[in-house]
Amino acid sequence: MPVLYTSDHEWIATGDADAATVGITTHAQDALGDVVFVDLPAVGTTFKKGEVAGVVESVKAAADLYMPIGGEVVEVNEALRADPSLANSDPLGAGWFFKVRPSDASETASLLDQAAYDALVKEA
Amino acid sequence: MADSPPAAAMLKTPLHSLHVELGAKMVPFAGYDMPVSYPAGIMAEHRQCREAAALFDVSHMGQVRLVGSDAAAALETLVPVDVVGLGVDKQRYALFTNDAGGILDDLMVTRRADHLFLVVNAGCKVADIAHLRATIASRCRVEPMPDHALLALQGPAAAAVVGRLAPALSQLTFMTGAEARIAGIDCFATRSGYTGEDGFEISVAARDAEALARALLAEPEVAPAGLGARDTLRLEAGLCLYGHEIDTTTTPIEAGLTWAIQKVRRPGGERAGGYPGATTIERQLAQGTERKRVGLVGNERAPVREGAAIVDDAGIAIGRVTSGTIGPSVGKPVALAYVSTALAAAGTRLDAEVRGKRQPMQVVPLPFTPHRYFRG
Repeated sequence: MPVLYTSDHEWIATGDADAATVGITTHAQDALGDVVFVDLPAVGTTFKKGEVAGVVESVKAAADLYMPIGGEVVEVNEALRADPSLANSDPLGAGWFFKVRPSDASETASLLDQAAYDALVKEA
Repeated sequence: MADSPPAAAMLKTPLHSLHVELGAKMVPFAGYDMPVSYPAGIMAEHRQCREAAALFDVSHMGQVRLVGSDAAAALETLVPVDVVGLGVDKQRYALFTNDAGGILDDLMVTRRADHLFLVVNAGCKVADIAHLRATIASRCRVEPMPDHALLALQGPAAAAVVGRLAPALSQLTFMTGAEARIAGIDCFATRSGYTGEDGFEISVAARDAEALARALLAEPEVAPAGLGARDTLRLEAGLCLYGHEIDTTTTPIEAGLTWAIQKVRRPGGERAGGYPGATTIERQLAQGTERKRVGLVGNERAPVREGAAIVDDAGIAIGRVTSGTIGPSVGKPVALAYVSTALAAAGTRLDAEVRGKRQPMQVVPLPFTPHRYFRG
């Protein structure tokens, strides 16, 4: 399943064309520390690429979650809402945030592939 | 606080290389490159301190000696605190005030046989030393101790650990100090801290600091903890952090620190007044203040952080949060805030504004987690 990244440390898995999955990267959860709260968007809300769709908070800090691509939120991870530490323990799996139906699939063109994201993290 | 200098210009404590070796996440704090957390993370380090023992490097803080027979009386001209009446090896919390009754810094004062031992905040220490020199250097010698480190061993197991390495220290009671030899290293320890737990703060020569830290970390109950856990621990303990709950615009009375002003320094006392801002502070002692520092607990899940507005039922802003997070031991959002005195009683329901939404909170008595000091 193709996974792409933003420079804001979100990932998006686009394998399901109608429901791309969005989460935060291993690097992001490591930088944040223990995640204690997530504010997830309401299902049915439509966001543009780059808009703030949620918030993730650790003991120490709060960070906005940006939409990697524009689209409508079709599902949110209720398990993550109940146990925000999933974002630390399994950020690329059980700690996913929400799924989005892309409004323009071509927007993924500007996202980073694995190699480009790895290089970005290494630089930071 | 000023912008952080570039990493190369950052100051380092004598334990810096140990922090790096232990895998700490280092951040700039008060001009120092300091560990915010270790690989265990803030939550685990916080629990470590509540359940066993955590070792903190607080060597960035300022340690100062005031030497001379007139030192206590001289210091009393700067703080609304009874220093003259402090017994040998007794420790007391104090506040440097300004002419408006605001707070320049908070500090710990321990009377030693031949001097006073002060511990002041890292971010204020340059100004504090200048203040001491400008005001009381004619009455006592002001001797900064940059060649000393400060370690804090905190938690319910701290006494057992220290007792194993230096048996005499486990007899100390809260807010007293003694010279000791821990694992063969000479130091001065007080039974005090900034976590709400039992524990010790240990002043040691910089050259011995790493050996002492390694000896303490070698004990099975001890693990390192960083500034992140120190902040959540002190917040749950309801303790003020300079630059957040207290600063030059807040008075000791507003901050709920009236207990730090002993009777002997209050109106009618033998050495009443005679410190900067006494007029304002005495007026507030008699008449109260328009706002007060309170503790707030939330029942929803979002942390309420510094800067959040506190509003009443009508949505009118009546206060502001000075520190807030999810209390790792409380398991709920906890915050310290200034609110209008009329709405400061325990049990009062207030709302915090978080990202444009109102989140219900309740005024609660401080501390959020019970203090567990060893009073003998």
